[in-house]
Amino acid sequence: MAAPSTDISAALVLVSPHLADWLVVLPVALMIGFGAVLMMVRKSVRLHGTIAITGLALLVFLDAALLVRVSTYGPVTMVMGRWLPPFGIAFTADLFGSLMAFVSAIVALAAGVFALRDIDAGGRRYGFFPFLMLLMAGVSGAFLTGDIFNLYVWFEVLLISSFGLLILGSEPEQIDGALKYAVLNLIGTTLFLIAIGYLYAIFGTLNMADIAGKASRLRETAPLVTLTALFILAFAMKAAAFPVNFWLPASYHTPRITVSALFGGLLTKVGIYALIRVTVMLFPVEREELSLVVAISAALTMVIGALGALAQNDLRRLVGYVVIAGIGNMMAGVAIGTPAAVSGSILYALHSVVTMTALYLVAGEAARLGGAWSLSGLGGLYRRAPWFSAASLALFLAAAGLPPLSGLWPKVALLKASLDIGAWWLAAAILISAFIVTLALSRVFLLAYWRPRPEPAPELVIARDWRIAWPLGCLTALSILFGLFPETVLDLSQRAATGLAEPSAYIRSVFPGGAAP
Amino acid sequence: MNTLILRTVAPVLTALMLLFSVFVLLRGHNEPGGGFIGGLIAVSALAIYGIAFGVSAVRRAIRFHPMAIAGSGLLLATLSGLISIFAGVPFMSGLWIYPEVLGVEVPLSTVMSFDIGVYLVVVGAITSIALALEQDSEPREVVAEPPPLRAKRPRKPRPKPKVEG
Repeated sequence: MAAPSTDISAALVLVSPHLADWLVVLPVALMIGFGAVLMMVRKSVRLHGTIAITGLALLVFLDAALLVRVSTYGPVTMVMGRWLPPFGIAFTADLFGSLMAFVSAIVALAAGVFALRDIDAGGRRYGFFPFLMLLMAGVSGAFLTGDIFNLYVWFEVLLISSFGLLILGSEPEQIDGALKYAVLNLIGTTLFLIAIGYLYAIFGTLNMADIAGKASRLRETAPLVTLTALFILAFAMKAAAFPVNFWLPASYHTPRITVSALFGGLLTKVGIYALIRVTVMLFPVEREELSLVVAISAALTMVIGALGALAQNDLRRLVGYVVIAGIGNMMAGVAIGTPAAVSGSILYALHSVVTMTALYLVAGEAARLGGAWSLSGLGGLYRRAPWFSAASLALFLAAAGLPPLSGLWPKVALLKASLDIGAWWLAAAILISAFIVTLALSRVFLLAYWRPRPEPAPELVIARDWRIAWPLGCLTALSILFGLFPETVLDLSQRAATGLAEPSAYIRSVFPGGAAP
Repeated sequence: MNTLILRTVAPVLTALMLLFSVFVLLRGHNEPGGGFIGGLIAVSALAIYGIAFGVSAVRRAIRFHPMAIAGSGLLLATLSGLISIFAGVPFMSGLWIYPEVLGVEVPLSTVMSFDIGVYLVVVGAITSIALALEQDSEPREVVAEPPPLRAKRPRKPRPKPKVEG
């Protein structure tokens, strides 16, 4: 066929992308590819573990390379199918997105290794590992996409995979939890979709860089506050913030513990990610208008989450409430909105991805060692497994935000930011929430670890298992390292927050020749 | 369903519809059609076959587990997108080759292989759902043996169907 005679430079990208630019799409493509392969060998359950762990290790590697690339050269963009943005769907990784993607990949690898022990042949035959791969495709896609409708698509991908994971085993209790989870999340995503339709009607574009560029011109005439309020409600639902948080404690304790760990670590944080991306980068002025509402919701989320944790007897439910308390902290950063506060939120999100996953894994291991999920049934873990108890204690301290662990720095950043703008009540809420979470988790340590067993059960011989020791050990080590040497992560999160507040580098990466008309 | 008319017509209809589904799939690049609708037509064909002869007959006829078919489609679609890495163009760009087969120029593209992937995903996923739904509604015994597709030959003893998990 003859070369096309028309001028295609108006529609297509003609510059060949740098090989390193491929790092933006490869994490997603890799996960979908591995998910597909796992689906093809669904019956050969023995192969699943090896294939899945290989895939997740590759994912960690790719995300690490992407993070290095982005932190050295700035945001990276690749447009699908060569179509010029804003018409082609852009994948744009900035520092915030690639940081989140990297940490989630680490956590997914840890959970994958833990699953080798936790998920039996039955669970694998139901498709745990294919679902895990597709879940990670959705999570990575959500963190790396630069198109708001595409963000919705990745939300759907991870939501559908999460339905599959949630009912792994098909017990009545799980179906009950999954129903609540499904209905609430479907309402949330529908709201998100409606908001996107509204946004498209206003802007005529879905590309986030394009929206960020055009928002200042349309601000006078378009109902952007309403639009932002819709987005905030939709994402708050996904993140389990206060008035719409009830689905989380109702469903997160029902699936296998690895699944709970993945959900608690990743899914709510995807909601927070989207919230920060949309409110801080796209609609900063409107966020300012709504900041009081977000701040009240944040404060209530923190305190109610912490109180809920104090009231629980079931370990899994307790950790679920600790997750919610953390969501409140991250929302506080969004409400304050200064770069320092947003950097605190990002820092908290990174810490929370690692710590919450690890806490759920700790709960699973405690239940395996002690033979019960409830605090009233557990006891004597400290005598039984001193190393495990030490790791648990470290993670409890990290989740409560006590020095010298990872929870301290984001809380300090958020406290300072809220005192800087004079929101003393928000600072008080952060402190009160941290205090109650400390109480709740020390209660766990007291009852489940220090106290002798309630009734002397027959001593089970429980062998040490690398598939539990390694993931737990590595996540704990990560949390301790971040607590002791926070400079790198602090610096990265500050740069990420600055990149969100001043998205010119982001926009330039999508439109190298200046913004679209 | 145990009616003679359906059982007589079903194999022919299934074959025709499968053929038509491939036609719709390939037509889809420039005209209405494509992998998704083609896949749905193929699933309808399999569903008719299933209504006539039962779920296990369909499972035998498609040889692979439906989810494996869906997985292969997903893999094919992903790989079609990744081919552009070798051509120096962004992910999922359409790439064409024009080999000559028996004197006819046949345009082949990654767009088409992506669409075939979509076709397989739809066939696999929806068949899987349809079979699961039909499985529960039908009595467990085999309703009727499907006639051999090649007629007028002595029927060979069928190998025992593999038990699906």
